Amino acid sequence: MEPNNHSENFAQKWVFSKDHKVIGLQYMFTSFSFLLFGFSLVLLMRWQLAYPGNPIPWIGSFLPKSIAVGGIMHPAAYNSLGAMHGTIMIFLGIVPLGVGAFGNYFLPLQIGARDMAFPTLNMFSYWVYFLGGLLMFFSFFLPGGAAQSGWTSYVPLSIISPGQTVWLIAMTFLITSSLLGSINFIVTTVNLRAPGLTWSRLPLFVWAQFITALLLLFAFPVLQAGAVLQLLDRIAGTSFYIPTGLIVGGAPLDRSGGGSALLWQHLFWFLAHPEVYVLLLPAMGIVSEILANGTRKPIFGYKEIAGSFCFIGILSFMVWAHHMFVSGMKTSLSYLFMTTTMIISVPSVAILTCFLLSLKGASIRFTLPMLFALTFLPMFGIGGLTGLPLGFTPTDVYLHDTYYVIGHFHYVVVTGSMIALMGGIYYWFPKMFGRKMNEFWGKVHFWGTILTMNGIFFPMFIQGLSGVQRRLYDPTVQSHNLAVQPTNVFMSYCALGLLIFQIPFIVNFFRSIFKGEKTEENPWHATTLEWACPSPPLPHKNFESAPTVYRGPYEYSVPGHSTDYIPQNVP
Amino acid sequence: MTETEHALSNETVTGIPNGKLGIWVFLASEVMLFGGFISSYVVLRTGSDFFPIPARELLGVPLATLNTFVLITSSVTMVLALDAIQKGNRKGLIQFLTWTIFLGFCFLAIKSYEYPHKWSEGITISSSLFGSFYFTLTGLHGLHVIGGIAFNLYILIQAIKGRYSADHCDRVEYAGLYWHFVDLVWVILFPIFYLL
Repeated sequence: MEPNNHSENFAQKWVFSKDHKVIGLQYMFTSFSFLLFGFSLVLLMRWQLAYPGNPIPWIGSFLPKSIAVGGIMHPAAYNSLGAMHGTIMIFLGIVPLGVGAFGNYFLPLQIGARDMAFPTLNMFSYWVYFLGGLLMFFSFFLPGGAAQSGWTSYVPLSIISPGQTVWLIAMTFLITSSLLGSINFIVTTVNLRAPGLTWSRLPLFVWAQFITALLLLFAFPVLQAGAVLQLLDRIAGTSFYIPTGLIVGGAPLDRSGGGSALLWQHLFWFLAHPEVYVLLLPAMGIVSEILANGTRKPIFGYKEIAGSFCFIGILSFMVWAHHMFVSGMKTSLSYLFMTTTMIISVPSVAILTCFLLSLKGASIRFTLPMLFALTFLPMFGIGGLTGLPLGFTPTDVYLHDTYYVIGHFHYVVVTGSMIALMGGIYYWFPKMFGRKMNEFWGKVHFWGTILTMNGIFFPMFIQGLSGVQRRLYDPTVQSHNLAVQPTNVFMSYCALGLLIFQIPFIVNFFRSIFKGEKTEENPWHATTLEWACPSPPLPHKNFESAPTVYRGPYEYSVPGHSTDYIPQNVP
Repeated sequence: MTETEHALSNETVTGIPNGKLGIWVFLASEVMLFGGFISSYVVLRTGSDFFPIPARELLGVPLATLNTFVLITSSVTMVLALDAIQKGNRKGLIQFLTWTIFLGFCFLAIKSYEYPHKWSEGITISSSLFGSFYFTLTGLHGLHVIGGIAFNLYILIQAIKGRYSADHCDRVEYAGLYWHFVDLVWVILFPIFYLL
């Protein structure tokens, strides 16, 4: 059964594997661990926000002295937890899950390839990511602790606060990893498509991954440049970001000066806005696959969606400064970026509209993945629409740096991307392990997750509109925050609930790997190529024989055909 | 597993070998990396309230011009090396590749003379923004030169072992692409630091 696999020992097969499927699973399990870790950091913060200055019950006594003394969280530790929560969730959690895990596992399968174009590079990409992740994790235990300048690492604070050097070095690892990965994804998509799989027949998931890889390729090196400059400011005495005559701790900083703090913001957001679409596009790709399958209809507006992905990709490089409206940037620049920001909302809305219209007239199968995909639509809708007031300067001046921004971002990335990624796990689980996840516990996970997530994030809009600032260690010190302080308690209990509702998922996931109900090759009656190979696909080979593609990706309910789906590889 | 890689590289949709497309994509990201640095330099040089520029005599323009000449010549010998092997001339490949590597080392030697000279003139990485950018960018470029020399040395060793022939010389081309890129970066760095 595994002819070219007999000589591999355990380490070659599961640890230093060059098989894209094993690497995908490695990414998946590593990112799961980081998501859980990053989430538990925020739970500690949520206790502090709900009951400022009170000792954290039970867990508080286990925390190291650098984080909490007598169970009461240290303010610097609160900053660290916030910075590391953002960093870990974005760079070590969601991107590796959406791109590293799903992209690695399913992009080659969906294009009918036997592996990535550069399997060895693929393996390095994972291990460089893993080392970067370890460095981030262990920075908590190093002298000086973890970074505490927010995930945005704004200068000059990040140049003078401890812990940042390790953050910058760890980010270099992560940037290198994503560079290697994106080269692989781009070459694989361009060069290794199965015969007959033209660009207009590519599944939307592949389109999304391809555009994502381009974003990573072009955006990350600029952050790398910015990070090198910041590192030199910290260790080599340069002043790229240090303005003339900067006073630190009451004394002028002994530097030549002349630098610009705004420069860092420009370099950072030049990466970080495309990064938002790196978080989002793979999720939209997954939703496209699940929606077409669950509605048993061709997706509405295939070309519009693929075109919108490309348009978003290009435009995402021209909107970055809408994060900087209150930074003292020129007003004329604000107008420019306000306009581009309004334009980029058009393709996003086009995609959402296509998804909604796909539902019209469908006899929807409410399978588990479909529940998640359907939930993505309104949740991402809230996330996207609440972004508009942040793109307009008049409203952004008021809302900037309040909890409204946090709410907007989390609706997009958590109830949007994360929900879609969870749907992807339920959808592709049978392909990865040859078994199904339990339906009942899946539904418990779904409803619990949706309700608690909204319980956490919706009050953030209310708080933000009442003027509660983000990054506050103790919200009760400002009297105007007291009116909404009860919402903090509610949100914190919802966050605890969210943690509890992940337990059925974790147990279900690991139990189903070994004991789940066995399934056939194509349990969802789907059309794309990954369902044409055995479950799980053959190591280093994927397909029994190389597939040929004869039709578009979503030929569901074709009139006059005996089944309601025609796989792409059926002549 | 190298067999898998090999088998995969022979059957691409576009007809472009994976390695060639890969190196072009990689160079695109390198452009963005240097683009980030160079645009930061331009922004601060034109917009900063304190950006003293050292007198041109202190910068050693003649030596840098010589270095530019050395690097451009090394690009020419790289082209000749690829041309040789494409015509099946293995000896020519080894010869010209050795020249390319030698000229690469010459560039580094001249740079390692220039650096201490600049330090004695009071231009250091922390002296002012000009010095910071100068040493950061030429230092990063120097690392790329070292990387390019290492790549070329690897190709040279393979060439001596007799690995390349007229229809199997893709990797020589990849090394060449990278080397030309490194050369091109210097052609941009030279005027923006020494001449403007």
